Amino acid sequence: MSLKRNVPLGTGLRYRGEVNQLAFVLHRIGGLGMAIFVTMHLLASFIGGDIGSFLNNIYENWAFQIFIFFCVLFHAINGLRITIIDLFPRLLEHQREAIWIEWAVFIPVFGIAAFVILTSALGG
Amino acid sequence: MATSTKPRVIPLKKRGLNFEMAMWIFTRLSALAMYALILFAVIGALVMGARGEMSFADILRWGYMPNPNHVQSTNVPDLAPWSTPFWRLVGSALLLVAVAHGVHGLVVIADDYITSERGRKIVRLLSIIMMISMSLIGLYLLWQDLLLPNG
Repeated sequence: MSLKRNVPLGTGLRYRGEVNQLAFVLHRIGGLGMAIFVTMHLLASFIGGDIGSFLNNIYENWAFQIFIFFCVLFHAINGLRITIIDLFPRLLEHQREAIWIEWAVFIPVFGIAAFVILTSALGG
Repeated sequence: MATSTKPRVIPLKKRGLNFEMAMWIFTRLSALAMYALILFAVIGALVMGARGEMSFADILRWGYMPNPNHVQSTNVPDLAPWSTPFWRLVGSALLLVAVAHGVHGLVVIADDYITSERGRKIVRLLSIIMMISMSLIGLYLLWQDLLLPNG
């Protein structure tokens, strides 16, 4: 069962999978980010007290808010593409176009939200 | 990169349904379930009169987890319709689906880097512990003030 793939990290990073690989990497980062946020949020509410408010302060920070919104939005949009294509494998042919549509949806929605978070955090 | 080869679709009967395959399907279906539950909670918030009393961010916060604590800081005058057992059941369904989807996602990521048989067994053990504990903590937080009003 154990498989050996002796691919060093540098080679892995130089692998040119273009938009597909970027979506794959961001999907992972988004999933990890959400797992960390949900775990922190549940533990902070459960423990409460000093540790709870310490964790609260981390995820209520505006930088973390922008990061977590990036995670949620990208994971949701990219996940929808993966689900649709996996349930209808014939659509696999249009993978690249689907990813470009994703970015066309993601960039304006994320941009507006990040702008609002930033102006309310820095401008008051 | 023009790949015009037809995708080969092997029927499920020939492929066999093992645990990994079941979880692969579960990941897709649970994603669809989460879109549905979040949309349902957002529509529910609008029906309960969130339009004039909550910002869009507040409505989304309620949508990601229909928990009355997420409405407390808004201008909604009465939290009672938001704290019904029905919304707690919707929240519990979203919680259990999301925890299972998320923990399995962590196992998939770990499997890409931890390839020894022993390491993978440890990852699975930890994931089961994490899944059960996170589900129990979440359920406790969702139902606590309804079932334990004095605690």
